[in-house]
Amino acid sequence: MQAVAGSAGGQYPSHRPAAPARFAPGDRVRVRDSAPLGHIRTPFYIRGHAGVIERYCGAFPNPEELAQMRDGLPAQPLYRVRFLESEVWPDYAGRAGDTIDIEIFQHWLERA
Amino acid sequence: MAERSDIGEYQALTYFQLMEVSLRELLVEKGVVSEQAVSEAVEDMRRRGPDSGARVVARAWLDAEFRRLLLENGTRACEAMGIEVPATRLVVVENTPQAHNVIVCTLCSCYPRMLLGIPPDWYKSRNYRSRVVREPRAVLAEFGLRIADEVAIRVHDSTADMRYMVLPMRPAGTEGWDAARLASIVSRDCMIGVAVPKT
Repeated sequence: MQAVAGSAGGQYPSHRPAAPARFAPGDRVRVRDSAPLGHIRTPFYIRGHAGVIERYCGAFPNPEELAQMRDGLPAQPLYRVRFLESEVWPDYAGRAGDTIDIEIFQHWLERA
Repeated sequence: MAERSDIGEYQALTYFQLMEVSLRELLVEKGVVSEQAVSEAVEDMRRRGPDSGARVVARAWLDAEFRRLLLENGTRACEAMGIEVPATRLVVVENTPQAHNVIVCTLCSCYPRMLLGIPPDWYKSRNYRSRVVREPRAVLAEFGLRIADEVAIRVHDSTADMRYMVLPMRPAGTEGWDAARLASIVSRDCMIGVAVPKT
């Protein structure tokens, strides 16, 4: 954890204390398969699936903490992760290259 | 006063309507906000419509440098046009001959209101939200949009702090058109990605 603007710079730099970004575009990641209670912005349908970091979006206060009336700091790095539809839905009827991009906070991601 | 659909016939308030009324009345009673401030905020939301988004698209079609900035940092590009996008970050995704983009918020109804105004009801429906991520081609076909097999579909689920807008492809036959005329063919649905502009 660092209290620096720019520690998690990127497209939309944050001026709040932010956790450093651990992933870079192109990294293969997996969404944690977890079901905690509370206000979670990681959709159920993507938990447990692997994708590729499309871009780093900046660091934002953790919505799970904000929902509990806390400040959500240090801000959590947020990424857009690209998944193949055919991997997310085994019976996917579209073509093989179709994708779904989802914003996912760093603490929901692990290296795949 | 929030918009009601009970014109003509009495309907009991739903749970959430009742909660909204109670909260609003309490806030007014305690002097936190005034009725007038609430009305003005509602009117302000209502005033915004997809014409701002259409102006942004038309400018991107005409100005390569603006298009580059828009794709790199949508928020800054909009601010350069005098369109404020408070508190959210705009990501613009570009349709190409190889890829078609479509936007959804599966968790709730996140939507680029500053550019497109209030979202249509179908955007918030469970039907659209649950199906467009799972069978996007079938959903687009129901909107009358058939995407060729050789074109990849890119669905974008707005789950956190970004908001999305689709930059459609400029249709053939619009050579020499000015910005206003180009903007006139860019509908809300084109910028969500469930339609494409037609001449």
